Order: sequence, then structure tokens, then C-alpha cells
Amino acid sequence: MQILCCGGTGCKASESAKIVENFHASLEAHGIAGKVDVVVPGCFGFCEKGPIVKIIPDNTFYTSVHPSDVEEIVTSHIISGTRVDRLLYQDPVTGQHISDSKHMDFYRKQKRIALRNCGFIDPENILEYIARDGYKALAQSLQRDSLDVLSDIKASGLRGRGGAGFPTGLKWEIARKFDAEEKFVVCNADEGDPGAFMDRSIMEGDPNSVIEAMMICGYCINAHRGLIYIRAEYPLAVHRLKVAIGQAREYGLLGKNILGTGFDFDIEIRYGAGAFVCGEETALIHSMEGRRGEPTLKPPFPAEAGYFGRPTNVNNVETLANVPVILTKGPQWFASVGTEKSKGTKVFALAGKINNVGLIEVPMGTTLREIIYDIGGGVKNDKKFKAIQTGGPSGGCLTEKHLDLPIDYESLAAAGSMMGSGGMIVMDEDDCMVSVAKFFLEFTVGESCGKCTPCRIGNKRMLEILDRITDGRGTPEDLDTLENLAKTIKDTALCGLGQTSPNPVLSTLSNFREEYEEHVRDHICRAHKCKSLLTYSIDPALCKGCSACARGCPAEAIVGEVRKPFVINPEKCIRCGMCISRCKFGAINVI
Amino acid sequence: MKVSCEALRKVEDICEQFGNAPGELISILHECQNTLGYLPEEVQAVIARKLGVPPQKVYGVVTFYSFFSMVPKGKYPVSVCLGTACYVRGSDKVLEEFKRVLGIEVGQTTPDGKFSLDCLRCVGACGLAPVATIGEKVYGRLNPSDIKKIIAEFEE
Repeated sequence: MQILCCGGTGCKASESAKIVENFHASLEAHGIAGKVDVVVPGCFGFCEKGPIVKIIPDNTFYTSVHPSDVEEIVTSHIISGTRVDRLLYQDPVTGQHISDSKHMDFYRKQKRIALRNCGFIDPENILEYIARDGYKALAQSLQRDSLDVLSDIKASGLRGRGGAGFPTGLKWEIARKFDAEEKFVVCNADEGDPGAFMDRSIMEGDPNSVIEAMMICGYCINAHRGLIYIRAEYPLAVHRLKVAIGQAREYGLLGKNILGTGFDFDIEIRYGAGAFVCGEETALIHSMEGRRGEPTLKPPFPAEAGYFGRPTNVNNVETLANVPVILTKGPQWFASVGTEKSKGTKVFALAGKINNVGLIEVPMGTTLREIIYDIGGGVKNDKKFKAIQTGGPSGGCLTEKHLDLPIDYESLAAAGSMMGSGGMIVMDEDDCMVSVAKFFLEFTVGESCGKCTPCRIGNKRMLEILDRITDGRGTPEDLDTLENLAKTIKDTALCGLGQTSPNPVLSTLSNFREEYEEHVRDHICRAHKCKSLLTYSIDPALCKGCSACARGCPAEAIVGEVRKPFVINPEKCIRCGMCISRCKFGAINVI
Repeated sequence: MKVSCEALRKVEDICEQFGNAPGELISILHECQNTLGYLPEEVQAVIARKLGVPPQKVYGVVTFYSFFSMVPKGKYPVSVCLGTACYVRGSDKVLEEFKRVLGIEVGQTTPDGKFSLDCLRCVGACGLAPVATIGEKVYGRLNPSDIKKIIAEFEE
């Protein structure tokens, strides 16, 4: 028997380490520690209901487990064979308890290729990876001509999962063509998109798949050194990668003369230091060389002159995680999943105002409606859906009219957004789209490396205009200026970050223009987000004088006598909305 | 604040561990910040000398990356997640409340050296949004009204 306790960052934040500790103690106390394994796999994906505990072999999937629940799971389930019903997932529609994750709506429409091992294996034990066909693709590839292996990757139709969607096989082929004494395979694990954690979950849950794919890439392009560029903010992923690299070396899977084939390959880890622009491959390479992560014009592409001037192939984590399984199951199998031009699946980090926050993987071509309503369980608190943001700071906001769009690289780009790395944030009627555009622009302005003028100055000017608009000082002319500026930056910026930075503004301007107009013309924010446009007051007819608002007010701006109507001092009010959430009588007005 | 001679010697050792190679500058900075907690000018000068590069190059790199800091962090470093998922669930209000309660702006440390305030981009605990971390501990599903109490936990 096995007990799997999710060890992803989300569940760790809700004390999953304590749960593991309690399981060990309880099994010990009952004298069955030797008979039951406690395994800590990577993310199960269903973060909303974390921490997750899964019991094997009966596949019972316990949700929202608290350390104090452990004793009951051990005595009732492990020892007596009776499931603990109260910890099972409850279907929100039928109210029935569901014990096996495969019968949950959240998992039913998913197809796990890149995440095939996440939540199943102990990421710190290479044998568990090997037991699930790990390193089989490498062993087979090393017996074949590297050109054949490369043509399999090309035939699979795999495209870069980091955002732009460049065909992976073609990228490898170009890097292969350049002859040099030394070449490099780089794994881009600098996941800087705020609200996206796909790559991190793969590295935490299945680090060996990335290592195996880098070696296969090395074999195809004739490189012998690999570098993983990872964010220093991901300590758990770094740790798991280091463990995996160490074990792979121990088993002779990394190093000299791998599997007796004469092929040499080794991997080092390089740390990022928190710069979004380093997701751009030329900037990433400069950062690895110990310099400021500023991008340079392409060509020359890294495939020709990359790390220290040597041919370098850069792939994203999720792209690499697909490689081994493409080779073991065959390129035709992979190409049978997805749409005409976008093959396979895509992992998304589904978050925001949605019931089932989590990590999902769906075939390309799945519609946004299926993702939001079937997998995501709909919008939180039965609010009205307003927009879904894809592609992070480089992407855009899609609306209700895009819900039936089958998503792939082309369709998202045509709708004014982009695939990006896979962040997907759901917004409801309480979100102000002007503020959302401002939020992303603040991010871009902070992250612009400053090398080219359109991005450095243009984005700053756009932000000033948005500041004015959300502050109630905008004019109708501002909207045209904003649009012109955005288009100019898109056309003239140096790198991918700059060229895509106006997307959040352009997409909200085109899909939510009336909201911008309300801000500048009527000085109204319909979502009640823009503080300068709001006034809070208490309706004396509805106020019962319970003082709940005054006690909860962080600014101490509400005064009054109990059982008499309270009043808000507008001078002190910080417009945080706390009183609204505390008032049971609906007595707080916002205009 | 002066950096001790002993600390500067540690910095020299770290540079040597990495073979004084300019290509290893970022790894060296990470190691120095792990050891000393921050990267003041004196430390940067030592690194520049050991690596044989101009001090302004080191300064350029330190200031480019948000992970590196030239001021010491508080005993309890507070970081509020401003990832998109946390933002749409109200992390801006949580940040405002931290600023108000601590009386400092983002990037500053309280005069008693106890708390410093920063933003970060995604902890990856989006299911618990909005999220803040204090040291290693993650606080999820935050409401601005929780902040006073959380800070009080750390005030002896």
C-alpha cells in the first residue's frame, strides 16, 4: 500500500509536510510503518482542493486534508479499509462523494502527456521514473542514427511551449547544421510569467523527463553540455533537479560513455535572478554569461552564436517534457492529438476567479468554455464571467465571444492574445479591465530592460495615460493616443517582450472599449475597482448599528453609536471595501 | 552600516571558489547574498577587483536583477505576491494594508530592522490566492483585516 502526499509548492504552503510527518508517526505508532510507503510526488494539479492525499492501490483521492485528519485516515482507511467520506471530493452539482480522481470533472477532459508522471512518482527516486518507461527513449535513441531521431521529433509536429510556438524539430535541425568545437543545450526554466507555474510543477514532479530530453537533444544536435537556467525563486524545483542530476550520474545516465554507447553528456544548473526579459533566449544567454539580461537583435540566432558565441539550442521545460514520450510512443501517436497546426497538448495554470484553480493539461483545440466550465467548474461565487487572460503580460484578454474558440497557437494569436507559456486567469464582473491592463503594464515597465526606446519610454508613457484614466483625469483623446502608442511599440521594439507588451492594452481596448469610455467620459468604474472614482457611504435606513463595519475597518474611518446608523469619514476612508464584506444588511453604498 | 573585514574575506573566498571567472558573476552574487544577506557597494568592489572587471559592471548586474538587494532585509522579510492570480483576488489591497501596518514602502525595512516589505511575482500557490510569505511561511486566502494580527504574531 502507498500513501501519496502532494509535495507541490501549493500543497506545501498548506502544511503538506506536516501531513507527511504525521503519517510517518501514525504508521509507526500502529506498527505498520514497514507495510505502507509514504511517497511525496509532485503536483497533482487540483490545487484548489489541496493538500491532496492519494491512497494506492484503490486510488482514493482525499482533498483539503489537514494534518489532524491523518490519524483517522490511518485507522479507518489503511487499517480497517473504510474510506473517510468527509474528505472525499464532493461533486458540486450532484453532491455525491467521488473517490477516484478520474471520475471528477476536473480530470475527465484532461489528457496528460507532459504531466504524465506528475503526481504518480516520487520525483526524488530515479527508479520510479525508470519504472514508467523513463530513459527508454534515450536508450533507444542512442542505438539509432541521430538524424532519424531528429526526423521523429519533426514528424510529431511538436512546437515550442514557451510562447512563440516555433517547431522544435526544425530548431534542432538548425542547431545541428552549425559545426563547432562545443555546442550547448539550454533548458529555459525561467518561468517569469506572473501566475503561471507549469514549468515549475514539471521540474518538481518529474525532473528526470527534462534531463532525458536534454540528452536526446544533445545527441541530435551533437552537443555534450547542457545548462538549465532556472529561477532562484524556485528552491524546491532546484533541489529536485539537483537530486535527479546526481542520481542520473550515479546510474551512468549522465557523464561519459552513456550506456556504453560512447556518447558523453552532462548538465549544470545556472540561476536566474528575477528578470522577466530573461525568458527571451538571447537575454537568457547573456544572463548565463554573467551579464545583464539584455536581448540582442536576431540574427545571429543562438543556434549559430549563443552561449559564449557557441551554437546553442534553447528549449522550454514543457517542450522538453514532451520529447521522451514522443519517441517511445511514436510521432504519429503525438500528432494524432491536437489540431492541424498545433499538435499534442498544452499545460495551463488555471487561476483567478474560478472554482477549480489548478494545473491542467488539455489537447490543443479544446475550447475555452470546456476549460472554464467543465474542468474549471465555472466562475467563483456564481459571478458573471467577464474575461480570460492568456499569455501573461504578453497576451491579451479574451471575452465571452471567444469561449467556443478551439485554442491553439493560431487561433489565440488571431483573437489578439497568444498562447504564451500557459497562464490562464479568469476574471469576473468585479474586475475592471482598465485596471487589468494597467496591472500588466506596470509589470512590463518594471521589467523592461531599458535597451530600446519604444519599450523603455513608450510603455512608461502608456502607463501614465492609464494612471490618469483610472484616477478620473482621463480624456477621450487619451484613448486614441494610447492606441497609437501601443501600435508603434508593437512595430518598433527590439525583442519579444517589447513587441508583445502592448497586447494587454490593445486587447482590452478592442474588447472592452466601452469600459474605457465610461472611465474618461462619465468618470465611472463599473467594477468599482478604481478607487478615485468611488465614494463609500452608509445608508442610514438600512444600517442597524451593529458596528461590524467599524470594527473591521482597517483605517478606523467608520464611527457611530451602537444601534444607531454609523457614518464613514471620507477623509480617512481608504476605499478598501472591507465594510461591504462585513455588512450583513447591504447598507454600504458605493458610487 | 560597515561590512566587516571577515565578511569581505568570505566574499573573496566565494570568488575564488568560482575561479574568479567573470562568467560566473551571477552565481557569485547569489552565493554572496546567501552568505551576507545583501550586496552593498563594498562587497561589489571586492568582487570587481577579484574578477578583474570594472565595479560599474558588477553594479549594473546587481541593479538589473530584482532578486539582488543592496539593502539588508528585515529579520522577517514580508513578500506579497503580485502575480495575476493573486492580483485578481485582491492582493493589491493586502499590499496596501501591509504598507499601512508596517509604515514602510515596498523595498524598505522598518527602522528596528524587524520587517522588510517586498513584492514577488508568483509563489505558485494560486489556489490560496491572495498569498504573502513571511520568511519561509506562506499565508494564504488573505484578507486586509488579517494583516494586523499576522504582524502581531512576530512582535514579541
